[in-house]
Amino acid sequence: MQEFFQQLLNGLSLGSIYALIAVGYTMVYGIIQLINFAHGDVLMVGAYVGLGMALAGFGLVPSILVAMLVCAVLGVVLERVAYRPLRNASRLAALTSAIGASLFLEYGMMAVFSPRTRSYPVLLPDKIYNFYGIRIATKDFLILGTTLVLVVFLQYIVYRTKTGKAMRAVSFDKDAARLMGINVDSTIAVTFALGSALAAAAGVLIGIYFNAVYPLMGLMPGLKAFVAAVLGGIGNIPGAMVGGILLGMTEALVSGYGGSMFRDAVAFAILILILLVKPTGLLGTRVEEKV
Amino acid sequence: MAKLVSSRKLRYYALATAVFFLLGVLLSGCGAPQKQSEAEKIKIGINYELSGKVATYGTSCKNGVVLALEEINKAGGVLGKQIEVIVRDNKSDTAESVNVATQLASMGVVAMIGPATTGDVMAAEPVATSNRIPLLTTSATAPTVTFDEEKNKVREYIFRICIIDPDQAMVMADFVWNNLKLKKGAIMMDTGNDYSKGLAEKFKEYFEAKGGKIVATEGFVDTDTVFKPQLTKIWAKKPEFIYIPAYYNQVGLIVKQARELGIDVPFLGADGWDSPELVSIAGAKALNNTYFTNHYSSQDPSPEVQAFVKAYKEKYGVEPDSFAALGYDAGRLMAEAIKQAGAADPQKIRDALEKIKDFPGITGKLSFDEKHNPIKEVAIIKMVDGKQELVTKLVPKR
Repeated sequence: MQEFFQQLLNGLSLGSIYALIAVGYTMVYGIIQLINFAHGDVLMVGAYVGLGMALAGFGLVPSILVAMLVCAVLGVVLERVAYRPLRNASRLAALTSAIGASLFLEYGMMAVFSPRTRSYPVLLPDKIYNFYGIRIATKDFLILGTTLVLVVFLQYIVYRTKTGKAMRAVSFDKDAARLMGINVDSTIAVTFALGSALAAAAGVLIGIYFNAVYPLMGLMPGLKAFVAAVLGGIGNIPGAMVGGILLGMTEALVSGYGGSMFRDAVAFAILILILLVKPTGLLGTRVEEKV
Repeated sequence: MAKLVSSRKLRYYALATAVFFLLGVLLSGCGAPQKQSEAEKIKIGINYELSGKVATYGTSCKNGVVLALEEINKAGGVLGKQIEVIVRDNKSDTAESVNVATQLASMGVVAMIGPATTGDVMAAEPVATSNRIPLLTTSATAPTVTFDEEKNKVREYIFRICIIDPDQAMVMADFVWNNLKLKKGAIMMDTGNDYSKGLAEKFKEYFEAKGGKIVATEGFVDTDTVFKPQLTKIWAKKPEFIYIPAYYNQVGLIVKQARELGIDVPFLGADGWDSPELVSIAGAKALNNTYFTNHYSSQDPSPEVQAFVKAYKEKYGVEPDSFAALGYDAGRLMAEAIKQAGAADPQKIRDALEKIKDFPGITGKLSFDEKHNPIKEVAIIKMVDGKQELVTKLVPKR
């Protein structure tokens, strides 16, 4: 029983990492229906910026804030250069451009900073709590807590602010939104800035969690987070969180009780089953296609 | 259906194809072995992973080779000639590795050193073999690199300077059983990696042959970052040690997370652990009570090793890892083979390499067996507060 609870907890901490990334992913998709494959790489850039700050002697909070700021700018530039010129082209062209942007960031970073794995100095007390033999680390709480705060914060922005209203309007119909006096370009830029800032926060936290920062660090978590976002219902912010945690728990339990050799195969088979029953994802709602 | 290609276009295609083939013939003509006797310098080609995902391995190897060959040039070269070192980057990419090897062959090198990893060597192998140029790899450890198991035939032009994986597994099994006196262990391996799977399999075989028991085997993939589920499962089986034959970036995370879960038994590993990054990822404290097999130790007190460590540090400003040491031995061994061949001729160098006996390398005294694998001792290294310490050196009892 103790082992089972430890496994659940392992899954929760893994899942909250997926969730943290998936939240930013799903928001950008929700607004402009673009799968931003460079999201994981913006996360990586954020981790590097945070690392630079931390090495310069700053604490956790300033490091995260500066990383978020730098990545927000990066996100806006990325949107301006790689996505905006293709906004009226086919969906596939934008997707290809996103993959290009992703590769550019990965290998650009590799060329500048070498593929070496770097590690954060100690920013957090590495304390481990022991409840009846079940062990949990401080940083697990940190990741889960941050994800929860971000979900609430994003829900607030999207549903309670004017900018959020503009985002939702743009997501429904760009042309109608423009006729209503909404500046579509700047609304999309804000969306990217926000999504990239979230990625940066996730990047710094993941860098601290694993104590490893390297140019390809965003690749696999980015893909898993994408799956988590689809599972939760892409475009739905609480859905991304649920999807992430579900994916993490499935992986942990399959590893723990099925066999780690087949983990991804079994975990993804379960996910496919869920999507077969509910194609829009767990919390997704069917949106009528515009004609 | 519309016609796919108009007849006019077809003509262009035909012309383009003809030009292409013509160029191919011309270029391959350049690649034919040239007479070296008139050349002033002996050309050795260096094909390494200087960028891309295993750049740290390739760069260290290259640094070692270059250091060795520079020293030899300073001492007068070989056969009265200077050695020209041609360095090329294969970007940790198998296709690039083929390109580099082809390019080097066409430049008239008498021997190639590198690449560092099994995949890249296997890609360069057909080029070396078809051009009849000996290829010496520093660190590709899979048996198939020098021996074609399908044809049951040694790959004539391929040699390696590092110990092969089964030797590492055998020495570690010996060490656990005889020195640490542990009887019950678990294995964690990278299921997507032949290096890791091969070591795990051989270790289990040798350890169980001694009467030991492997109570759990768990896997992961190289992109994993959370290992607690597997570790929790393994720990429930109460092993006395855990063997992780994998690369340092995964090992660092695994050991760190294991200690967080309260797993306090020794962790054991292989040469993939050897990187300064291991300590920064896992933390010095978590790595206490861990051991791994390696090609050499920079802590080895022998004067040859210490002279190398000093020269390397002076030139590059960092402590040489085992890849650098293997590179250094590869450079010196190749020069020795050219000397014994008596001529800068690829075929004669190949024959000389095969006859090398007890070459005094800093990674151990080396002779080649009939499969072009070296027979030499393996170092066992212990991590103490973030520093490597040499425990012992054992010769595999094959």
